[in-house]
Amino acid sequence: MSPPTGVIGPPLPGASGRKVREALERSDEGLFLTRLQDVISWARKNSLWPMPLGTACCAIELMATAGPRYDIARFGAERLSFSPRQADLMIVAGTITKKMAPALRMIYDQMPSPKWVIAMGACASSGGMFRSYSTVQGIDQIVPVDVYISGCPPRPEALLYGLLLIQEKLQRRKT
Amino acid sequence: MAIVVDRRLGLMDRLYLPGILRGMWITLKHLFRRKVTLQYPEQRWSFPEGFRGVPALVKDQQGRTKCVACYLCQFVCPPKAIRITAEELPAGNTIEKHPLEFDINMLRCIYCGLCEEVCPEQAIFLGKDYEVAGFSRSELVFHKDKLVDLGGVRPDPIMKWAHK
Repeated sequence: MSPPTGVIGPPLPGASGRKVREALERSDEGLFLTRLQDVISWARKNSLWPMPLGTACCAIELMATAGPRYDIARFGAERLSFSPRQADLMIVAGTITKKMAPALRMIYDQMPSPKWVIAMGACASSGGMFRSYSTVQGIDQIVPVDVYISGCPPRPEALLYGLLLIQEKLQRRKT
Repeated sequence: MAIVVDRRLGLMDRLYLPGILRGMWITLKHLFRRKVTLQYPEQRWSFPEGFRGVPALVKDQQGRTKCVACYLCQFVCPPKAIRITAEELPAGNTIEKHPLEFDINMLRCIYCGLCEEVCPEQAIFLGKDYEVAGFSRSELVFHKDKLVDLGGVRPDPIMKWAHK
């Protein structure tokens, strides 16, 4: 898969799973050698199970991403799990109020490691236009965030781009 | 008044197979329909006229950034995503000040287009890019040089600065 062109965010290194992919291409030569960690990361990144934490209009775009037009299943993440114990990627889509914050943290704690977090949209990433006493100004005050996605709400492509960034990060993982 | 509904299964329901076959027939029909999936990183969506993407600063045909740091966009921005630091220009220039720094926090920006609407110099426009994501909050604050790169050149027919 070639990195998307014309994007604003940091360019994808393009080295995503390169070792594994090259090894797979060479496998008809009768020898298959790779590091175990590369294979585990390669398997993990192509079967992320998202926990959709939709609290606002970003969740509508999240549903559109799961639909047939944008089809998040092409990246192996179609299994949207509404139980945090069977998920490893939390997609926080929507405004997180201070009353919701303990629930968000509890859901994050209930997810088994290794786990990743996407802050989708302006509200989850930074509070967005709700500079208010009742809104958490960015969910990174509560949980560690791996990828931030700009937009209000972001288009489904932007969410898919964020998912590709998560996959890049996962492939670079050492442990 | 309670309505009693007879929910006993008929013969067709008890045979079970007709229902399965009906479902599989629908699946089969969908196989030959038009494909709707957009193959995202390779294929792109074609946006309509007036699509609001990432805001950017533009230059005129003489290569000068058109912004004069009037602070109207910073004032009108609903989530207060824009932060401008102005600098006064020395006497002799046709304009008095320009932005020393012009930061847009893309994680605050809601792509509403009010900055483009309010700008008296037509110096800020909303572009066509829409995928903005990153690993940290600081890399998603776009500074002036990046915004000018994104904006490119828009010819100005009036050239107000040239003949003052």
